[in-house]
Amino acid sequence: MTEIFDILKGRPEDSDYKNKGVIVQGITGKYGSLHAKYMMAYGTNVVAGVTPGKGGQKFEDKVPIFNSVKEAAEATGAKISIIYVPAKFFLDAAKDAVDAGIKLLVAIPEHVPIRDTLELIEMAKQKGTIIIGPNTPGVMIPDLIKVGIMPPMPFKEGKIAVLSKSGTLLYEISDALSQAGFGQSITIGVGGDPINGTRLIDAFDMIKDIPDLEGLVVVGEIGGDSEEILAQRIIDSGFKKPTVAYIAGRSAPKEKRMGHAGAIVMGTYGSAESKVSMFNKANIPVAKRPAEVPVLLAGKMGQSD
Amino acid sequence: MRLLEFQAKELFREYGINLLPSKSSTTIEEGRIHAKELGYPFVIKIQVPVGGRGKAGGIQKCQNDDEFELKYPQVMGLTIKGEKARAILLEKMADIKKELYLSIFLNRSKRCYTIIASSDGGVEIESVKNQIIKEIGMGDISDDIAKEVAKEMGLDGKSADDLVDTLKKLSKLTIEKEAELIEINPLAIMQDGSLMALDGKFVTDDSSNFRHPEMEKYQEKSEIEERAEKSGFSLVELDGNIAVVGNGAGLVMSTLDMLSDNGGKPACFLDVGGGATTESVYEALTLISKMKRVKGILVNLYGGIVKTTVVAEAFLKAYADGVIDLPVFSRLKGTAAKKAKEMLKDSRINIYDSVEEAINAAVMGVKN
Repeated sequence: MTEIFDILKGRPEDSDYKNKGVIVQGITGKYGSLHAKYMMAYGTNVVAGVTPGKGGQKFEDKVPIFNSVKEAAEATGAKISIIYVPAKFFLDAAKDAVDAGIKLLVAIPEHVPIRDTLELIEMAKQKGTIIIGPNTPGVMIPDLIKVGIMPPMPFKEGKIAVLSKSGTLLYEISDALSQAGFGQSITIGVGGDPINGTRLIDAFDMIKDIPDLEGLVVVGEIGGDSEEILAQRIIDSGFKKPTVAYIAGRSAPKEKRMGHAGAIVMGTYGSAESKVSMFNKANIPVAKRPAEVPVLLAGKMGQSD
Repeated sequence: MRLLEFQAKELFREYGINLLPSKSSTTIEEGRIHAKELGYPFVIKIQVPVGGRGKAGGIQKCQNDDEFELKYPQVMGLTIKGEKARAILLEKMADIKKELYLSIFLNRSKRCYTIIASSDGGVEIESVKNQIIKEIGMGDISDDIAKEVAKEMGLDGKSADDLVDTLKKLSKLTIEKEAELIEINPLAIMQDGSLMALDGKFVTDDSSNFRHPEMEKYQEKSEIEERAEKSGFSLVELDGNIAVVGNGAGLVMSTLDMLSDNGGKPACFLDVGGGATTESVYEALTLISKMKRVKGILVNLYGGIVKTTVVAEAFLKAYADGVIDLPVFSRLKGTAAKKAKEMLKDSRINIYDSVEEAINAAVMGVKN
C-alpha cells in the first residue's frame, strides 16, 4: 500500500481503519462550514474544526472547535487537515497544520500567491507533509472518504485512479467513467495553480503501485510542463496499466490566462500540442472530448487482455 | 499581469538596470515632443502585451521628421495578434556590439526560480542557443552564482561586472514584485563593454496583487473585465460570436475546444466559478449582453452541488428583464436537472442532455 492510502484509509490493524479523522480549518466560515457538512454527510470522519478565537465552541453541536491545528491534532490524533480559509490567510493556516505534524494537507483556496506556495512546499518537505493543492477540489477514495469539495454523485468505488488539474473536469470525467462501469480507486485534484504541492508526477508515484489498480486517467490542461514530465515518468517507470489522458485548452489563445492561474501558454511552454505529443510518445491516447475518455480506456483494456 | 515594455522599463529604471533613453506616448503630438527631446535616430516601438512585434512591423527605425510623421501613425495603427497599440515607445538608437539573452523564470515543475542566460540573444527563447540554466530557489541570487553565469556566457571585464549587477537587480525585482517571469531580450553589449536592457518582458503573479498596490497603475482592465472580476468570474474575451459560459476553468476550456472542433467561434471564455448561483449566472448573462459580436450563448454547467434549477431561474429572469435577447443553448447536468428542464420548457432556452448536442445546436443556431 502506498503512503496516501495509509493516511486516508489506514491498515486493518489500525483502530481507526477506514475511519481516519479529518480536521477542517476555517470550519466556521461560509464555505468551510458548508463543505464540512457535505464531507460529514459523505461519511468523512470530521473530528475537529479550527478557527482562531473560536476554540471551545462546537460545530453542528458535535464537532469541537480549536484555536489552532496543534491543539486540534493533539486532542484528536488526526493526521489529515483541509483548509478553507481565504487566500490571504492561507500561508499562516497551512504553516500551523504542517507544524502540528499533519501528514496530508488539502489546500482548497484559489488565488494563493506563488511565493506563499513555494514557502509552504519548502517547509512541508522538511516535515514530510503531503500538500494537495492549492486550488484543488481535494482528494477522495469513493464511498470511503472525501477530503474536498467534490459532489458525491459522479464518483463510484472502483479500480481506476483519476488525477486532474481541473475540478469540474474531474467531476465530468469521473461521471463518464462511472457510467461506463469504471469506478475509481482514488481521485486526486492536483490543482489549477502554476505551483502544486503535489504535482501530477508526485500523484502518479502515489498511486502507481496500488496492487489492484486497473487503469489511470490523467486530466491535464494547458500551462507548464507537468503533463510532459508525467508522460516521461510513465515511460521510464515501465507502468503498464491502461492509461488515457485528456487535455483541456487546445483552442485557447496564447499568453492568456484561462481561468486557472496556471492555465497559460507562454511561447510554446505549456502548449497542448507539446503535451499531446509527449502522451503519444508514451503510447497514451488523448481524448478529444471528456465523453471519449471511457471509450479510449475500454479500448486500452481490450488491448491488454 | 503582463506589463508592457515601457512599464517593465519603468521598474528596471527604478531598480537601476541600464537603459537607453526612451519616452512613451499615446498621441503623435506627445510623440513629437519626445522626438525633439531624444533627437534622431531612434526606434519607434509599438507597446502591446504580446511577442513577435518586430516581425509584424511594430518596431521601426526613424531617422528624421518625415519618417516620424509617416511611421508613428503606421505603428500606432497596427494590430498584432489581435492586440491594438496601448502606447508608442520612442527609444534612442545605439551602436551595439552583441546581443545576449537573460531571464529569471518560474520553473513550474521544478518549483523554483531559474536563471536562463545565453550569449546568443535577440531571438525568441525557443530558438536561443547555448542556454545556461541555474536553479535559484525562491529567487535569491548569490554573487557566486551571478559570477558563474557571467563566466559561462564568456563575459569579462566591464560586461561581466554589469551582468552580475543586472542579475542581482533582476533577483531583487523578482522577489519584491512577485514576478513569474522577467526577461531581457536582447541585453546588449555596448561598444564600451557595458550592458543595456533593450527590451523588457515582465509577468507578475496575479494572486499576489493584493500585496502590491504600487503595481495597480499597470492593471489594464476593460469595464466588462472589471465587473467580471468583482463577481468572482474569469473572463477572456475572444473574437467569435458564440459566448461560452460554464462553471470551472477546465470545463469552460474543454467547451471552447469542442466548440472550435465543430466549427464554432467562441466570443468569450466565461467561468462563473465552482458555485454558480442565480445572481452569478444572471450577472454573466448581463456581461455577455454587452458584447456586441455575440449571436448566441452556449452554457455548459456541471452542477454537482449547484442546483440546476437555480441556473434555470437566472435564465428566465434575464429574459423577463430584457437583459438578453439571444438564443441560449444549454447543457445542464447535475441535481434537479429534470425540474430545470421543466421550468424552461416554454422559453427560448434550449436544453440538451449532452454538451455535444448543445454545441451542434449553437453552431447551427448562429448561422441563421
